[in-house]
Amino acid sequence: MKQKLRNIFYLGIKELRGLFRDRLMLVLIVYSFSLGVYISAKAAPESITNAAIAVVNEDHSQLSNRIIDSFLPPMFLKPRLIRLQQVDPAMDAGTYTFILVIPVDFQKNLLSGHDPALQLNVDATRMSQAFTGAGYIQQIITRETADYISHEKTPSPAARLILRNRFNPNLTRSWFSSTIQLINNISLLAIILTGAAVNRERENGTLEHLLVLPLSPPEIMLAKIWSMSLVVLIAASLSLFFLIEGVLQMPVEGSRFLFICGIAIYLFAITSLGIFLACITRNLPQLGILLILVLMPMDMLSGGLTPQESMPAAVRTVMQLSPTTHFVSFTQAILYRGAGITVVWKQLTALLGIGLILFKLSLIRFRKSIS
Amino acid sequence: MSDSPNTVIAAENLAYRYQQTVALRNISLTVTSGTLTGFIGPDGVGKSTLFSLLTGARKLQEGNLRVLGGDMRSASHRKICCPQIAYMPQGLGKNLYLTLTVEENLQYFARLFGHAPAERRRRIDLLTASTGLYDFLDRPAGKLSGGMKQKLGLCCALIHDPELLVLDEPTTGVDPLARRQFWELIGNIRQHNPAMSVIVATAYMDEAAAFDRLLAMNNGSILFDGTPDELLKMTLKKDLDSAFIQLLPEAERAGHREPLPEPLDFAQKSTFVIQAENLSCKFGSFTAVDNVSFNIREGEIFGFLGSNGCGKTTTMRMLTGLLIPTSGEAKLFGRKITGDTLEIRKTIGYMTQSFSLYNELTVRDNLALYARICQVPETICRARVQEMIERFDLVHCAGRCPPQLPLGIKQRLSLAAAVIHRPRILILDEPTSGVDPVARDNFWELLIELSRRDKVTIFITTHFMNEAMRCDRISLMHAGKSLACDTPQAIIKANNAPNLESAFIRCLEAASNNRTTPAETSAASGIPEKSNRQQKAFSFRRLFSCAWKENLELLRDPVRATLALFGALLLMTVMGFGISMDVESLPFAVLDHDNSMISKNYTLNVSGSRYFVLKKPVKNYADLDRRMKSGELSMVIELPPQFGKQLEQGISPEIAVWVDGAMPMRAETINAYINAMHKQWLQTLSPSADTPLNIEIRYRYNPDVLSLPAMVPAVIPVLLAMLPATLAALSVVREKETGSIINFYVTPLNRLEFLLGKQLPYVGFAFLSAMLMVLMAVTTFQVPLKGSFATLTAALLIYCVITTGMGLLASSVTRSQIAVIFLTMLATMLPATQLCGLINPVNTQQGLARIIGTIYPTTYMLLISRGVFNKALGFKDLFTPFMIMLIMIPIITSLGAICQKKQES
Repeated sequence: MKQKLRNIFYLGIKELRGLFRDRLMLVLIVYSFSLGVYISAKAAPESITNAAIAVVNEDHSQLSNRIIDSFLPPMFLKPRLIRLQQVDPAMDAGTYTFILVIPVDFQKNLLSGHDPALQLNVDATRMSQAFTGAGYIQQIITRETADYISHEKTPSPAARLILRNRFNPNLTRSWFSSTIQLINNISLLAIILTGAAVNRERENGTLEHLLVLPLSPPEIMLAKIWSMSLVVLIAASLSLFFLIEGVLQMPVEGSRFLFICGIAIYLFAITSLGIFLACITRNLPQLGILLILVLMPMDMLSGGLTPQESMPAAVRTVMQLSPTTHFVSFTQAILYRGAGITVVWKQLTALLGIGLILFKLSLIRFRKSIS
Repeated sequence: MSDSPNTVIAAENLAYRYQQTVALRNISLTVTSGTLTGFIGPDGVGKSTLFSLLTGARKLQEGNLRVLGGDMRSASHRKICCPQIAYMPQGLGKNLYLTLTVEENLQYFARLFGHAPAERRRRIDLLTASTGLYDFLDRPAGKLSGGMKQKLGLCCALIHDPELLVLDEPTTGVDPLARRQFWELIGNIRQHNPAMSVIVATAYMDEAAAFDRLLAMNNGSILFDGTPDELLKMTLKKDLDSAFIQLLPEAERAGHREPLPEPLDFAQKSTFVIQAENLSCKFGSFTAVDNVSFNIREGEIFGFLGSNGCGKTTTMRMLTGLLIPTSGEAKLFGRKITGDTLEIRKTIGYMTQSFSLYNELTVRDNLALYARICQVPETICRARVQEMIERFDLVHCAGRCPPQLPLGIKQRLSLAAAVIHRPRILILDEPTSGVDPVARDNFWELLIELSRRDKVTIFITTHFMNEAMRCDRISLMHAGKSLACDTPQAIIKANNAPNLESAFIRCLEAASNNRTTPAETSAASGIPEKSNRQQKAFSFRRLFSCAWKENLELLRDPVRATLALFGALLLMTVMGFGISMDVESLPFAVLDHDNSMISKNYTLNVSGSRYFVLKKPVKNYADLDRRMKSGELSMVIELPPQFGKQLEQGISPEIAVWVDGAMPMRAETINAYINAMHKQWLQTLSPSADTPLNIEIRYRYNPDVLSLPAMVPAVIPVLLAMLPATLAALSVVREKETGSIINFYVTPLNRLEFLLGKQLPYVGFAFLSAMLMVLMAVTTFQVPLKGSFATLTAALLIYCVITTGMGLLASSVTRSQIAVIFLTMLATMLPATQLCGLINPVNTQQGLARIIGTIYPTTYMLLISRGVFNKALGFKDLFTPFMIMLIMIPIITSLGAICQKKQES
């Protein structure tokens, strides 16, 4: 037993030495957990930002000008005035997401009690802005018109709605996208470091050599798992403390210690997955493609990018097998909602279970994959 | 420097250093045409470095070098002279493509040098017949034995008629019969092309004796330059082996003597340590090992001799338990070797034929690792490593990594690792191939000491006859069968031969029945006429040869090809159905303090929509807190006490709504939904509150604001950014890792031909995959293709060229396959999914993200794809993004060509 631990330790040290010799790999790791996370966090605009809007003003009245002036930055770019004939070409080219058409005699008709109609063209291929943005524009127009018609204060509504967004009161997007990027980077790096390393050793013949020595496959696998997990764990923790909490100013609600434990368990599962993928492929190019085929759906469907609730039931069921799904909900529960172990034990158990199954599966394939 | 017309090489004061280590110091040398010049010298004295400089594979540091009448510093001269130099680097099959067959490897090199098909056939038949590879033309190079790979490498080097042939230990690991054939072949070629100069490095002194001129090197300088006879005269020795040793400085030959073991007393009773009983191994229809039996005593040195590919390595793999025999049994210490015989494995020292220690660890670290795994006690570990380093003369390179070391030193390192734990059994697969004579003798001294003093049983394969003579018994193998198994003297006697080498060759010739292959007749018909030496600066033929080879490699790996082609479809299905920006069925619950008709009506209003699903009521604030924290509820509505009553009285009550803000986009949508529902509910309460204004909202291109029609066209460019780039990038870096990149350095292939040739098959694959995705979008997802199909097709083709080009660009800055996978994923996944307008339009992004989004090609492909699919646009409307993509091609390709190095630095 002691000898086994010694083997695992020294083989792991070997992995670390090898990694530290690959300068480019180190640069990439540092980049992905610093600038990579930062760019991604800042990429997503906060709510509706810089929405490109154009107005066809055929009315040229006080009210129409008032409406145009009410589209203000940062939510909207300064509205461009265009002519009616330009509407279709501009929409086709995707220059504007919204084009508001104010018809002739809009103000006059409104004051005389005819119900005039405004037309709002929305580029619905811009999924993230189309729906919410249209809602905002509607609210703005309604408010401005109501203010204009009745110079006195509008009567208070029958019941008022007080909306409070918990855990992220201002719905700061960078908080969300930075943690998602962090998770994606953890998965990507951990899978590549272990999976590709196993495959490379097999191609170079070193793995075969190891199997002649007094070593058992679990020792070889565990060595890779602990060493590479350690690297990712350190990179991820630094990224969380200094970048996400420090630079991006995201408050962490739950226990940091618990979160790091969670990353460790997740890393066990995901590195086992990496080894398993290496065992079912024969060379690195195969593994490279398989990685994309596995990582992409895991990133996109784990509930990180879009909510799980809106996915088809079958997809949700299948995604329960992916460790990332559990890790995403674990991360959100701890970082945003401040949940404790009483809430997240389910996810941790699931991660551990998935990890053990994958470890066992790779063990079965390991020897076979050599000859 | 003036060149006389028949000077081939003129070197002046060449010096080269690797960081701190000096490899060459002040070498000056002239080689005239038509000569055979041999280099001998211990391992790591700079022979290989000198050769790689001579061939232009490595960049010059100091000194002047003119080869074939031009300066090797000038790239334009290298371009002219490289096609006339053939270079075979050291190492077993380092420059071969392992998935390609022997025939295809040869075809590739022949095509690169521009031979016509008939000429190619003739040359290939001739070369393979004279090296004994003719019967193996259909076998993948990876399945050849070490020695056969070596032969193939040689054939590849000889396929065009070079002016200058540079062979770096070409016969290392090649069996005696093949070695003889090999030198006959070289002699033949020289006869027909008397102007050709050959430069060879060798560790075989019998070969060196036949050279016109011999250069002995040590420590980066030339010690001796003259004919072999002059060397013998100068050193007053009878044979070159001892002359060579005599040449070395005093310190290095100190205490050297020919190692000879005491004869083993076979009469003495002893246990059998290694036993093989009717061992057979079949790969499909091919029998690698056929019914081989032997028993080896404790302390015996058992030699395994045989032609290349006769099953020696396979036998060893079965002995060590790496391969399970098809029939028969292999036992060590009377026990079968399986996965769990850890105790026995502790007592085995194993050395593989090709280097199998860690390239990323230093010599010292490698030894320490193997010592620890093999359970050398921690207390003596350090001392043992030091002992091995001294014993195997590794002191000067203990801190360096194997890739920087010459073959001979790597062999010594492998040996040191095999014996570091003082094993009871040593299984050594050609341990001395490529090792210089002094080191070889040192090593044998150790073996003899281990065997006689410590009773270590040694199982060894070798091609050196003087080594075979030192074995207690040898077994001669051929084509999987054991031909003879006895003491060396007995075998010589039985074959009536003067020495072991002729006995061996007689045995082999008898076994192969002097078969004549069809090509041997054509071999007699002579050497082919000279090839056309005109090499164009850019040649489509070379480009297509490169593409042909790449395509073959891709097809040889059907799993990779299938994954590359259909993987994208799979991902598209997953993403198309899985990703949905439509927020639906959100779980919510109500904390109702009022419980009146009207409060229930409010709840009903919300739960009635498809957006929200009502969960069981929230009991109190603690319950609310817990359920929101666990993510069970996305929204909670709190209706105040007296809600109904206050409403009737006209005191506007406040409804509190808590929304889970963990996912901001989802929260925003919830906010919008609940606001709208609240307003609607108020209107049903008092219709008069209506404003006299209609806002008609026209959701264009995607009237139902569905995710699918918007997502599917966008997914195509995103997926095309990742898969083809990764594949293309790996194809280059893989060659760097396996060593076949050397072919790019020393053949007439220029950067552009190499890159475009590599790119072509991947563009084809990517484009095919793109078309399949478009087909799937229209059929499976029923997203109508409204605009111009021709525009989309053209744009996709351009885009495929761009993405594969980006992969090649990534490959030029990376050396390891792991790094390149990581790099391409980082460089494609994040920008393509997040920065190019898949979800948020590029013009809403800020800072760096906006800059990346603007210059990244996916942005423009997305515009075109969505334009054609959703907006019914044609070429005229999409002219701008189309042109931008078109401009990107030359930029990316030339960047890739500039960054790709044509020489090793």
